[in-house]
Amino acid sequence: MNVITTTIDARGQSCPGPLVSLARGLKEARQGDLLELLATDPGSKSDVPSWAEISGNELLEAEKLEDGSFRYVVRKVT
Amino acid sequence: MATTEERVEQAEAPGDSAPFADLLRRVEALEADQGKAVKKKNKMTIIAWGGNLDQIWPTTILATTAAASGMESSVFFTFWGLFAIVKPGVRITGENWMQKMMSVMNPGSAEKAKLSRYQFAGAGPAMFKKLAVDHQVAQPDELIALAQDLGVRLIPCQMTMDLLGLKREDLIDGLEEPIGAATAILDMKDAAISLFI
Repeated sequence: MNVITTTIDARGQSCPGPLVSLARGLKEARQGDLLELLATDPGSKSDVPSWAEISGNELLEAEKLEDGSFRYVVRKVT
Repeated sequence: MATTEERVEQAEAPGDSAPFADLLRRVEALEADQGKAVKKKNKMTIIAWGGNLDQIWPTTILATTAAASGMESSVFFTFWGLFAIVKPGVRITGENWMQKMMSVMNPGSAEKAKLSRYQFAGAGPAMFKKLAVDHQVAQPDELIALAQDLGVRLIPCQMTMDLLGLKREDLIDGLEEPIGAATAILDMKDAAISLFI
């Protein structure tokens, strides 16, 4: 079952804020952990998938919420 | 490994060996070239030459993002870029009037960096920073601290430090030892991405 280990609230932060918050959260996490990232930065739509590709972590979910913000779920691989 | 001649002999059977021998020679040349190729690392190096706000900003954003993405990341500060890593409290640096004048023209620290255009006697950077605050974009001085926190290597250029009269103690803490051009090139040689900003 996919249980979110940590939620990182990066709402209100601009580039590269959400990614830095995500990287920090990931540092604390263990391999296989699922991290949820909340962001309002529209740039995160392209940046989070790119970040996953560069860093080698797995992006499981990416969605736009009703309030216009974004939610991502990332599995720590590296 | 078989030599070209041996390979050709083995390949004699099918008939005409001349085009085959030529092909083998070309394959061997390619293999030799491959051995000489530099293996690129998952690494980004930036030469921070410009000290303007609109240069030091992208420099620090890219360096922190690369580090946050798990890449090795380093920034080599040279010429005007060096003034961005002068300690905020340090006013006039240098030993002679030329170096001192240079430091007056280029107030130290990322906080005091000017815009390359729309400077408007300081109003430009102030507006820019106001916009950044409104959009919650981190300021360059915050980004430099963040970069250090994320393990970005910040390296000053020894020659320009000497030229501009900047001493190690004039610069912010947490920098690596000053280096020269060859060491900077060595650092860039195996980097997948190298930028000059």
